[in-house]
Amino acid sequence: MAISQMVGASIKRREDPELVTGTGSFVDDLPQTGLAYMSIVRSPEPHARIVSIETSRAREADGVVAIFTGKDIRADFQAPMPVTPTFVPDKKAPDQYPIATDKVRYVGEPVAIVLATSKAAAEDAAERVEVRYQPLPPVTDIEKAIETGASLIHEDLGTNLSYDTKFAAGDIEAAFREADIRFKQRLVQQRLIPIAIEGRGVVADYKKFANTLTVWSSTQIPHFVKVFLAVLLGIPESQVRVVAPDVGGGFGSKIRVYPEEFLTALASKRLGRPVKWIEDRNENMRATHHGRSQLWDVEVAAKKDGTLLGVRVTQWLDLGAYCSQFGTFMVIGLLVAQGAYRMKAFDGRGIGVFTNRTPTDAYRGAGRPEATFLIERVMDLLARETGLDPVEVRRKNFIRKEEQPFTALLGLTYDSGDYELTLGKALEMVGYGQLRKEQAEKRKQGTYLGIGLATYIEICGLGPAAATQAASGVSLWGMSVVRLHFTGKATVIIGSSPHGQGHETTMAQVAADVLGLPIQDIDVQHGDTAIGPMGMDTYGSRSMALDGTAVHLSAVKVREKAKKIAAHLLEAAEEDVVYEGGRAFVKGSPSKAITIQEIAVAAFQTNRIPKGMEGGLEATTFFDPTNFVWPFGAHICVVEVDKDTGAVRIVRYVAVDDCGIRINPMVVDGQLHGGIAQGIGQALLEEGIYGEDGQLKSGTLLDYLVPTAADLPSFELEATITPSPVNPIGVKGIGEAGTIASSAAVVNAIVDALEPFGVKDIDMPASPEKVWHLMHKNGGKQR
Amino acid sequence: MRRKVSMTINGTQYEHEVEPRLLLVYHIRENAGLTGTHIGCDTSNCGACTVEIDGHSVKSCTVFAVQAEGAQITTIEGLAKGNELHPIQQAFWDEHGLQCGYCTPGMIMAAKQLLERNPNPSEREIRLGIEGNLCRCTGYHNIVKAIQTASKVMATGAGKEAKAPATVS
Repeated sequence: MAISQMVGASIKRREDPELVTGTGSFVDDLPQTGLAYMSIVRSPEPHARIVSIETSRAREADGVVAIFTGKDIRADFQAPMPVTPTFVPDKKAPDQYPIATDKVRYVGEPVAIVLATSKAAAEDAAERVEVRYQPLPPVTDIEKAIETGASLIHEDLGTNLSYDTKFAAGDIEAAFREADIRFKQRLVQQRLIPIAIEGRGVVADYKKFANTLTVWSSTQIPHFVKVFLAVLLGIPESQVRVVAPDVGGGFGSKIRVYPEEFLTALASKRLGRPVKWIEDRNENMRATHHGRSQLWDVEVAAKKDGTLLGVRVTQWLDLGAYCSQFGTFMVIGLLVAQGAYRMKAFDGRGIGVFTNRTPTDAYRGAGRPEATFLIERVMDLLARETGLDPVEVRRKNFIRKEEQPFTALLGLTYDSGDYELTLGKALEMVGYGQLRKEQAEKRKQGTYLGIGLATYIEICGLGPAAATQAASGVSLWGMSVVRLHFTGKATVIIGSSPHGQGHETTMAQVAADVLGLPIQDIDVQHGDTAIGPMGMDTYGSRSMALDGTAVHLSAVKVREKAKKIAAHLLEAAEEDVVYEGGRAFVKGSPSKAITIQEIAVAAFQTNRIPKGMEGGLEATTFFDPTNFVWPFGAHICVVEVDKDTGAVRIVRYVAVDDCGIRINPMVVDGQLHGGIAQGIGQALLEEGIYGEDGQLKSGTLLDYLVPTAADLPSFELEATITPSPVNPIGVKGIGEAGTIASSAAVVNAIVDALEPFGVKDIDMPASPEKVWHLMHKNGGKQR
Repeated sequence: MRRKVSMTINGTQYEHEVEPRLLLVYHIRENAGLTGTHIGCDTSNCGACTVEIDGHSVKSCTVFAVQAEGAQITTIEGLAKGNELHPIQQAFWDEHGLQCGYCTPGMIMAAKQLLERNPNPSEREIRLGIEGNLCRCTGYHNIVKAIQTASKVMATGAGKEAKAPATVS
């Protein structure tokens, strides 16, 4: 790599001055005149037939502009909402339209929309819409969903089973025959509600005579939204523009196209005026997709020396009421459950079912936290079975650095990794040996300390195009445009669409080093489908590995063209020209340099550039990598459990993560902090609880516990740097790594603390009540 | 039935006819046009709408606009002096105390009150002090650091911490 100033520097984010002064532009902040406000009448029933919808009383309410029921507008949609094949191409997936017509299948499903002159008027009128339902028995249990006699959610499918599929390699029967140790465990991945602090929101502005549609949406995927708005509404894609302005967090919850994007746009088309819909938290907790909601049944074969032989696992995935766009992405958990370890055989089965609950889709980590939770709980259970230290069990089974790039059983090839390195460093940071002694001492005094490890590998940086197309039906790559202006300033357009990740800063850092421009001279634009070519947006920790690499490559193309122009202006051979720090000069004569600004001017004076060369100084890149990138790391959580209350306190949290080259270490650490916090939230606090009646019981922030500052410690982070070989800037992804490791580390720590009570497992969230009961089940006696 | 309500927000007098049921946060956003104060929940849990009313930090979704009759209100837009950020705003920027930025205005307003009551808080006091404001991006790690940095800067009246990252804007 070239010597660089910007890459590797913790540069303060350029996004921040607007955001800290309250002058950011979130969807609800955008100035707009002539708006109609949309309120959505949503089903309070989890499973029911719609008998009738009476809107006359609502139409009389003040300020009402229009009311549309599902039946009124169903025919306007020219296709159902998109579902990708993602890992399970032969699954059963029902057609889902943005609004229900005959039947509702989850609490929160849209049944009618009300347009009025203010948000309050729209909500008042929505309350006067009378919908009569004929309730049907709700399906709310993952396993019971496919029992004989279960109420059918989609009658036309004839079953609540979407798929039952296998991902297996190696001789699993032989592994179990060879084993000295065999054990089984059920691991519960409770339903989570993502809770971006900004809910979703959409403003749509359709111009009738021009037949153009502009949509501002709080989304992670403006490019996808554009395509599907065009398809469903029958407007030429060239006449649809989607803008993701400042977006207040996503965490996967804004990764798909949603009913409300279509409904808002359709309402604008019907009314011929701009329409705004802003999701409130009550809606958000039911209408924005949920995450996890899985059961993992695992069976393990191992030798008594701790050697792992094979794993047999079934992942039950609750898709909710429909198959969301990327609903089966979570099956990736089976594909990477091998983790950082060798084994002889893996036998994975995936079962996907429909229930009368909010659809599930990606939530930070999406399948990979579940995979890590599985294999890391297995490692600790194996340690317990063999009497070995959890560190030793991991070390015994680690894939070695020399084996990289390592092809795992199911055929995926890890690009690089040194798991011993990150674990060793984390153990040193936490003072593992001393900590174990302290734990033993404290136990004697009735204080219960627990130490939990999690090592992880992560597959991210989605593309490559061929692999992602084969797996998900969507060809994924990175995109950038680097454009030098007449005055030597640069615009960088990226295909990624950030919502807190700081791309305006980090992408400029990448370009600055190649172009030799001061970072202030580089403006980064994103999130607007009108400004550049198609992009593949932001999710799956992909932006820097794909779009960041594309920025690097476009900048290199611009630099190479600049060199050619410089050679022409300097009347020298191109190979004699050196380009350095934004200046070009003939080798040995740096004092007679011309600057990039002078070259840029020449590029637009086409008489001054070489014959046959086109004017301008810009380049576009579509970057398709040869492989995924594979970050890895080791996290250690130390907890103290209060025997009287069952409360778990995180005493320390140590993490060593390797995401390859770190463009901006400050931003990398920030991503880790937030990711770790979300995994801790799953481990200790969060649960989307549905009753047997199909109602969401934890449907407000009073009941659904998002971690507060008082619930969390400060985190102790270190890094190792193993550059990825699959892109020229050596980067991997970091957006999800924290979450992927942390729920496993926390639960391992709690189970370790409860070891004296004979506890081998605890379901998440490890609430004080659950912990207390486990500590007191034998009258509080230790073994 | 509308009622007249007048209040001072960031030094400017605002007078409007409002419905009595209008929450202050909507009044600030829609009538005064100050959209830096955000809405993040329906249950007064998230704190994104935190503002200062007569010197007290208040979640503006817990107050009707008409209850703020005659009040002196400061919102996030009222903190910077011209181009000079308030030390807490500066510290949030310096310490990477924000990512998506949606909770940030409320978080800064809560931090301001915290530091006014306790100019030199411990880490635990900071964590308890901002417990009523939710952030989903940062894990609070750098928010705590930012408040610690602001506390030092405000105590000494000094400029930025020497170790703060380079300013490139």
